[in-house]
Amino acid sequence: MIADEMTPAVSFQKVARHFGAVKAVDALDLDIAAGEFFAMLGPSGSGKTTCLRLIAGFEQPTAGTISIFGERAEGVPPYRRNVNTVFQDYALFPHLNVLDNVAYGLMVKGIGKAERLKAAEEALALVQLPGYGARRPGQLSGGQRQRVALARALVNQPKVLLLDEPLGALDLKLRENMQEELKSLQKALGITFVFVTHDQGEALSMADRVAVFNEGRIMQVGSPQEIYQRPKTRFVADFVGSSNVLPPDFVQRYAGQRRWGSLRPEAIRITRETGSDAIQARVSGVSYLGAATRLALDTEGLRLHASVPSGTAVPEQGDAVAFTFNRDAIHLMDEAP
Amino acid sequence: MRSDRSQSAPLGLKIAATCGLLFLHLPILLIFIYAFTTEEKSYQWPPPGLTTQWLAVTWNRPDVWEALSLSVRVAAISTLVALILGTLCAAAVSRSRFFGRETVSLLVILPIALPGIITGIALRSAFALTEIPFSFWTIVLGHATFCVVVVYNNAVARFRRTSGSLIEASYDLGADGFQTFRHVVLPNIATALLAGGMLAFALSFDEVIVTTFTAGQQQTLPIWMLEELIRPRQRPVTNVVAMVVVLVTLLPILLAYYLTRDGDQVAGAGK
Amino acid sequence: MSIASVTATRDAPVSAILPARGGMLGALSDLFWRRPRFLLVLMLMPPLLWLGVVYIGSLLALLLQSFFSIDEFSGLINRQFTLKTYADLLQPANFDIIVRTVTMAALVTLASIAVAFPIAYYAARYAQGRWKALFYLAVMLPLWSSYLVKVYAWKLILAKEGILTWLLAKLHLLWLLDGWLALPYVGGNSLSVSATGTFIAFVYVWLPFMILPMQAALERVPGNLVEASSDLGASPGQTFRNVLFPLALPGIVAGSIFTFSLTLGDYIVPQIIGTSRLFIGQAVYSQQGTAGNIPLAAAFAVVPIVIMGFYLWGAKRMGAFDAL
Repeated sequence: MIADEMTPAVSFQKVARHFGAVKAVDALDLDIAAGEFFAMLGPSGSGKTTCLRLIAGFEQPTAGTISIFGERAEGVPPYRRNVNTVFQDYALFPHLNVLDNVAYGLMVKGIGKAERLKAAEEALALVQLPGYGARRPGQLSGGQRQRVALARALVNQPKVLLLDEPLGALDLKLRENMQEELKSLQKALGITFVFVTHDQGEALSMADRVAVFNEGRIMQVGSPQEIYQRPKTRFVADFVGSSNVLPPDFVQRYAGQRRWGSLRPEAIRITRETGSDAIQARVSGVSYLGAATRLALDTEGLRLHASVPSGTAVPEQGDAVAFTFNRDAIHLMDEAP
Repeated sequence: MRSDRSQSAPLGLKIAATCGLLFLHLPILLIFIYAFTTEEKSYQWPPPGLTTQWLAVTWNRPDVWEALSLSVRVAAISTLVALILGTLCAAAVSRSRFFGRETVSLLVILPIALPGIITGIALRSAFALTEIPFSFWTIVLGHATFCVVVVYNNAVARFRRTSGSLIEASYDLGADGFQTFRHVVLPNIATALLAGGMLAFALSFDEVIVTTFTAGQQQTLPIWMLEELIRPRQRPVTNVVAMVVVLVTLLPILLAYYLTRDGDQVAGAGK
Repeated sequence: MSIASVTATRDAPVSAILPARGGMLGALSDLFWRRPRFLLVLMLMPPLLWLGVVYIGSLLALLLQSFFSIDEFSGLINRQFTLKTYADLLQPANFDIIVRTVTMAALVTLASIAVAFPIAYYAARYAQGRWKALFYLAVMLPLWSSYLVKVYAWKLILAKEGILTWLLAKLHLLWLLDGWLALPYVGGNSLSVSATGTFIAFVYVWLPFMILPMQAALERVPGNLVEASSDLGASPGQTFRNVLFPLALPGIVAGSIFTFSLTLGDYIVPQIIGTSRLFIGQAVYSQQGTAGNIPLAAAFAVVPIVIMGFYLWGAKRMGAFDAL
C-alpha cells in the first residue's frame, strides 16, 4: 500500500494492551498526521509510554490494529520498522564512541564504513555536536548525550521519530533551549515527531497537537489552545494547567446550565466593591509566583484559585474579598453531571 | 590512612585485624621457603640450607607433567562448558521473569552450596547406577557442574548493570536478534565472562574433593598432591608443586579482579 | 545546519515497514522475537538438562542408594527399600562420627566469627579507597588459592619439627604445648596429628568465607550509628553488643552457613591433619571406597544435607540471604 498525502503517519484502531488484569491501553483510537509534532501527555501509568512502545514495536497490541503510514505494524519486530526512538535514559552504547553510536543503525543495515561515518558526522553537526565523534558517551554531559541520542535516531531518516520524556533528565535552562531546538529541527526535517511527557508546559509549548491520557484512555485530543481553554473533562481541566473545576450547581447559577465547568485562574478579578454580581470569599492562601500572585479563595464550600498580575494590590491571607468573572469565561465540559 | 569519618581505628582493632591478615597470609608464604629447603626427609624448621635443585628435579618428573596436563585440559573444557551454560542461564534469568526463576538460581548455586563430598558421591553413585566408566569426561562432568555458578554470578551481575534499554535501542536502530547479540550484548558482557571464565578455571584447576570421586585411576595435579600428602614419596617435589600451584591460581584471580573491579559484585563471592 | 546533506546521503526509504531480511538467520530472528518464550526455553534447556537432570538426578540416585542395604555376608548391595542403613547410623561408632563432626563444625564456626570480625569491621568501617581494594584482595587471594596447598602449609607449620615448635622453643613456652598435647580429646603426639590441629586448619581454610559476608553486612551499618551510640554514653563493649553485633548478625549467619557446611562435608583436612578418629566426610569416603558399602556412605552423606537444610531454613528466617 502506497501512502498518499492523507494517510496518517500513525493510526490506532481499537488498540488495547493488557498486562494480565492491568489495562495499560484500552480500546484506543488515534490518528497522528504526517509531519506533525504530536505530544502524548498524562500522569505516570496513564498508558502514554505503552502507546509509544506500541508504535516502536517493543509491545504488541492485545487487540486492535496499528498502521504506520498505512502499513499494518502488528507482529512486525522493531528492527523492521522505519521508526526510531530517543530513549528516556538515552541508551547510548557505552562500549562504542559517539561516532560509532550514531553510525550504528547504518552499520547494521550494511552500509559501508566510509559512507556511514560521513553520515554520522553530518548528523552530529545537525545536533550541534560536530567533532565529538571520538568521545565516549560516559564523557558527555546529559544534554550532549541527549543530542547524540537524537543524532543516532535521525541519521536513519525515520518516518516517525519517537521521544520518550526527552527532556526529563535535563535542568530547566537546558530544557528550554532544547524545546526550541527540537521544534525547529522538526519543522526543518518534516519528520513526524511523537513525544511522551508528563509536563503539560512542555506539551503545550512544543506540540502541534496534544493527546491527554488517563488510565489507558485518551481523554482529549486537540491543539494546545483547545486543550488549555476548552477541556472536555474535569481530568483534563485539572491536569492541563490549573483550571478551577466548577461543580454543576455552581455552573447552573452563573451560566444557566447544569454541567461541569472550568474557569481559568486568570479569568477571576478581585474587586473591593460589593456589587450585586460579586461573589464573597475569604483568602485562604497567597503564593507569589513572580509574574503573578496566586490566591486561594474559599467561597460557597468551594476552593477556587485566582491569578492576580504583579503590580496590582494583593489582599492578605484571611482577608474577606469579593470577586467577579466574565460569565462567558466559564467553559462547559462534556462530562455529564 | 585516610578516613572520611575523621577518626582512626582503635589500636586494639588494628592489632586484631593485622594479626588476622597475617594468619591468612603467612602460611602461604611459608610454602615458598620450603620449596627451596635442602632438607629431604622431614618438615624441619628452620631449613638447614637453601637450594634451587628441586626446581630442576620437579621439572624432570613425568608424573608431575602428566598430572599438570590433565588438570589444564580438564579445567579448559570445564570452563568452556561452564561459560556456555552459565551465560545461557544468566541471560534467561535476567532478561525475563518466568515461573520458576528462583528455582533456576537455586539449582545453579546448589552444587557449590552443598559440601563437595555430596556432589562427589552423588555423581559417583549415578555413574555406578548407569554403569558409566570413569574417564576424562567424568571429571569434566563434575567440574563443569560446580563451575557454572561462578560464570553465572559474574554474568548475572553484569546483565543487571547493563541497561535493558540498550537492547531495545539496538532493535530500534534496525539490528535483529543476532546482530544485537554480536554488537551490543557480547561486548557488554565480555569482560564479565572473561572474569567468570578465569575463576572457573582456577576453581577447576584446584578442585580435589569431587575429583577423587569422579577420576578413577587418573591423576589431576591436586590428586597427585593429595597422594603425596597421604603417602609422601619425595617431599621437596611436593613443596615445589605447591608453590607452582599457588602461582598458577594467583594469576587468573588477579586478572578476574582487575576485569570486574569497577562496580561489579564480589568477583569470587560464589565460591 | 546541513539537513540537506544528511537527507541527500542516501535515498530515503519509501516504506515505513521494511521487508523481512530473509535467509535463515533473519527468519530465526523474527521467530525469536515473535515467540520470546521459545527463545527462553531454548536458552534454559542446556543448563537445565545439565544441572536438573545430571546433577539433581545424581543427588536422587544418592538418596535412592541410602535406602538400599548391604548384604553382610556377600558384600553385595541388596536393592530393596529399607531403613536399615539409616538405623546403622545410630550405632555408637557411627553416631560418634556425626557428633564429633557437628561439634567440630560448631567450634570452627565460632572461632571463625571471632577471628573474622576485626578484619571485616576494619575493612568495612576504616579502610578507604586503595586500602579497601587491598583489604579485599587480601581476603580474596587466600580464599581462592589452592585448598590443598593451604592444608599442606599447616601440615608444615604444625609438624613436630616445624616452625611452631621452633617458635615456642625460642620463647621458652614448650611446656605449654606439651601440656596441651597431653590433654585428652584435643591432644596427641604432635599438633599435626591432634584434633587441635584439625581445628586450626579448618578455621584457616574457611576464614575468608566468613569475612566476606560479614564485611558486606557491616558495610550497611551506617558509621554514624556507632558514633551515636558512643555519644549516648555507651562503652565500646555496649556499642558492640547492642548496636554492631545485631546489625552484623545476618552477615555472620550467612558466613556461618559456609563454615558450617564446608566443615561438615570435608574429609581432606582431618585426613591430613588429625587423629585417626573419623569425620563424616571420611566415613563417606571410606565406606564407598575400601568398605564398598555404598548405601551406608549415601546415608552418611544425607546427614549434612539434612543438617544444612535445617540450618538454611533457620538462616533464611533471620534474613541471612540478603548478606550473601
